Amino acid sequence: MKKKSASVWLVARWIIILAVLIAIYLPLIMIILYSFSTARSVGGDFGSFTFALYENLFKNDNLLAATKNTLIIGLVSAFISTILGTTAAIGIHYMRRKVKGVVETSSQITVVNAEIVTAMGFFLLMLFLRETVGLPVNKGMVWLIIAHTVITTPYVILTVSPRLKQLNPNLLEASMDLGAGPMRSLLTVMLPQLAGAMVSGFALAFTLSLDDFVVTSLNTSANIDTISTYVYAGLRHNLKNDIRALSTIIFVIVLAVLIAFNIMKDKKAKQQKLK
Amino acid sequence: MKKSKSKVFRPTAFAFPYIAVTVVFVIVPLILVLVYAFKGADGSFTFDNFAKVFTDADTLSQLAKTIGIAALSTVICLLIAYPVAYILASSPFNKMAILSLLFIIPMWINFMLRIFALQSILNLFGIQKGFWAAIIGLVYDFFPYMLLPIYTVLLNIDKSYGEASRDLGANSVTTFFKVTLPLSLPGVISGISMMFMPVFSSYAITMTMGDMSSNVFGAKIATLFDLHNYGYGSALSFVLLLLVVAVMFIGSYFSGRTAKTLKRGKVL
Repeated sequence: MKKKSASVWLVARWIIILAVLIAIYLPLIMIILYSFSTARSVGGDFGSFTFALYENLFKNDNLLAATKNTLIIGLVSAFISTILGTTAAIGIHYMRRKVKGVVETSSQITVVNAEIVTAMGFFLLMLFLRETVGLPVNKGMVWLIIAHTVITTPYVILTVSPRLKQLNPNLLEASMDLGAGPMRSLLTVMLPQLAGAMVSGFALAFTLSLDDFVVTSLNTSANIDTISTYVYAGLRHNLKNDIRALSTIIFVIVLAVLIAFNIMKDKKAKQQKLK
Repeated sequence: MKKSKSKVFRPTAFAFPYIAVTVVFVIVPLILVLVYAFKGADGSFTFDNFAKVFTDADTLSQLAKTIGIAALSTVICLLIAYPVAYILASSPFNKMAILSLLFIIPMWINFMLRIFALQSILNLFGIQKGFWAAIIGLVYDFFPYMLLPIYTVLLNIDKSYGEASRDLGANSVTTFFKVTLPLSLPGVISGISMMFMPVFSSYAITMTMGDMSSNVFGAKIATLFDLHNYGYGSALSFVLLLLVVAVMFIGSYFSGRTAKTLKRGKVL
């Protein structure tokens, strides 16, 4: 009797899990399927299997430019924020408690603040720098890279700081006792131990930048689109079918990278267990 | 000995570039929002913008509506995410790492592309643009962010608490409400905070999935911005800022209380 109710419970749990998974993935799977069809809408008459949308995609200069901009902004801002965030985390780690509290709290402002307020602030800052200070700043790529760097750096700090706390401080001291200068000790002893956290921080900053809409939308110029702003404008007016091809490519890349990454992590964990 | 103590390694200067960036790009913009909120169209000092916030019926109703939309979508998302997190953290599901990964993967896909995919499917099922489509869009977009903190907390709850409760005669329902649920509250609070305030700025979702009835407060600020009405837009931003601070205090009050009860529980 008890065994039976346990197996019913197990089946019920599987049903809930699968139902939610289907709800999450059905839209994505349909887009992937219909990226091989020229049907006007997803779920319509499939017609014949074709790569036409992919061919269109590589002729759609606006969408390709938007993809390129998204990648450039994401990679450059993630690179800068990884350096800025890591050095900040090291500096904060060695601060006295009171100062530390103030810096840590102010680094959380953009994290907790409403995005639209941050976006508005960036724009007003640009107006201020241009009209009151007289700097030649304008909406566009450079300003977007700066804005994305500022909003993603706190997340790099959040990723690197916990790792810093775990480090053995004796190693750094040993290095300095053995005659290496502070800079050299930092670069050759501490930095290699932070590499993993820095990679995670970079990945987080990159994905946050790719996903941003509000800050980008208020700080970009009319002729510069990212994927987010392009799709947003398209959904409100007339989105071309080839977005299905781009979506499919992005879904497949994300899926492949994540699964490969997790398999590698599992292997590493198993090897460590064996040791 | 003395020499090594005098040059204790304190590379605090490493944080200086970041502090400078924070002052220029985070603190100064917030001050500018405040300054513009008190600036009239002719550049003079004025309270008009703030007066307008509290006299404009449209603004107040939109603020109230957004609080409603954020609360509704957050509650629905929580009601779906909690059971899923609970199941994923229970045996035998907790041994299937790939399963929980499948729920988190959407986090890494551009949200506008996911909304585009969702919209295509809703059309297929005959659900038109409107209030409920917008709510579905919000729940769909924020689901992994709600799930992850709850799942992480549930996974790390010491199994012996549940066993102790059952050994002492509680059935599984009582055990859930008296032991598991209170212990998982920090995850629930962090999930709610990942969704409730961000919904205010999620006009990209509500504008594409919904209609006028589902417009969020952020859309209003963005529209004012498009119309170059920076004064009134800043005043509204400032109101939103106050709301963020209020929500943060409420959140820290609740998490402080759960932390206290947890501590007390441990002493017992």
